[in-house]
Amino acid sequence: MAAIPERVHLTMQVNGEAAPVSFAPYKTLLEVLREDLGLTGTKHGCELGECGACTVLVDGQPVLSCLALALECGGRAIETIEGVQRGPELHPLQAAFADCGGSQCGYCTPGVIMTAKALLARNPAPTRDEIREATAGNLCRCTGYQQITEAIESAATLLRAERT
Amino acid sequence: MLRLPWFEYRSPRSVAEAVKILAGEGPQAMLVAGGTDLLPNMKRRHQSPKVLVSLRAVDELRKLNGSYGAGLTLAEVVAHPGTPGALRHAAAQVATAQIRNMGTLGGNLCLDTRCTYYNQTEEWRKAIDYCLKKDGSVCWVATASKRCVAVSSTDTAPALIALDAKVTLVGPGGEREIPVESLYNNDGIDYLSRKPDEVLSAIVIPSSWKSVYWKLRRRGSFDFPLLGVAAALKMDGDVVADARIALGAVASRPFRIEKAGEFLKGKRLTDEVIAEAATLVANRAKPMDNTDMDLYWRKEVADDFAGYALKELRGDDMGAIRLRTARYLPG
Repeated sequence: MAAIPERVHLTMQVNGEAAPVSFAPYKTLLEVLREDLGLTGTKHGCELGECGACTVLVDGQPVLSCLALALECGGRAIETIEGVQRGPELHPLQAAFADCGGSQCGYCTPGVIMTAKALLARNPAPTRDEIREATAGNLCRCTGYQQITEAIESAATLLRAERT
Repeated sequence: MLRLPWFEYRSPRSVAEAVKILAGEGPQAMLVAGGTDLLPNMKRRHQSPKVLVSLRAVDELRKLNGSYGAGLTLAEVVAHPGTPGALRHAAAQVATAQIRNMGTLGGNLCLDTRCTYYNQTEEWRKAIDYCLKKDGSVCWVATASKRCVAVSSTDTAPALIALDAKVTLVGPGGEREIPVESLYNNDGIDYLSRKPDEVLSAIVIPSSWKSVYWKLRRRGSFDFPLLGVAAALKMDGDVVADARIALGAVASRPFRIEKAGEFLKGKRLTDEVIAEAATLVANRAKPMDNTDMDLYWRKEVADDFAGYALKELRGDDMGAIRLRTARYLPG
């Protein structure tokens, strides 16, 4: 058997920029984002695929970065919470979460916002049930979910207004 | 923090190449597709394969024409308009949206069995001197048991058994096609009849069955099944021409209840017939106390769930009960 290489070198597209990175091959996308790329906005939760705190978008789809092998992400477009804001301005989702109280302790918020961003990209006017279904994999222990649902609904309205 | 153990990573481009790698590396190699089952298990040291053979770059596993490629994600299976009812209901209720974007149909069929004493971190398991399934010698669920009783938790398998589907396995000696039910052994450790050097490549589903899948889970939002009932019927007017019913999450394998299918043949789906068939189904549900919720209750509701499935196939509106039991509405 060939020796296991100590490091993997590859380039991911992270938040629209080419990010060459070198890491140990056993690392998950979450670990590489936080430890090797310094993007600590994405959170470590259960690390077992149960809580959704580590949700990022890979080629536009919400996935759990704690269960994605970083070495399978070469060339793929990764979007994290750090890439959501528009220059100095908050993204409408971020603003709505602040305004509606959708974020309390804040630990689940980056994951929820990434999930919501993907939802609104494919469905600009989701019903409450559709919002709940899309975010069912993001656990929040503070809000009771009502404010999260309202924040996403309110951001959807803002984003629709922007388009017209 | 839970880190993955070291492994050598291989990324074959074809099924044939994957089979060759598996044959060369032997049991120290494991296949990985979506990774949503294997990677958490590796983090808890249930499995520590020296070689990880990724199927992600094998395009032929993602085909959907006539048969379902094993590498299709569960989200893709749900979104496909031709997916039969039972499979769509089952795939849509597996875990969360994020996991359905990653996890594959083949991966869900090969899902590791689960148990309260097994799905724990290395330190936790060490503290109880491990268990029969992994690194120990005693089954803590049934201490006199020589057999591991870990429970089969795949949702899609009972659905595919009811649909009379077959899986294709590709090995060094060529291809074989077996009924989905034959893919499983009633053994928590040796739960698959797939050989270690075989790749589950495709699933062939006959059309013409009208089918549903019902799942009992603690949380409506997402959870592993505590009971899964799949039912498929062929109707001749309002008379049942053929029926297949399968159960999941009540043994180490999903299985079919032939008696219930035979009983339904040639009958109209009256309330009495449905109740009798549901009793035949429930008699075969013998769950062990190794997953969530009270054991007696999981047994108690087996006939109710079988009844819900048959009533839905009869055309009853079961939406309210679907929402109450699993917060799921087939769209």
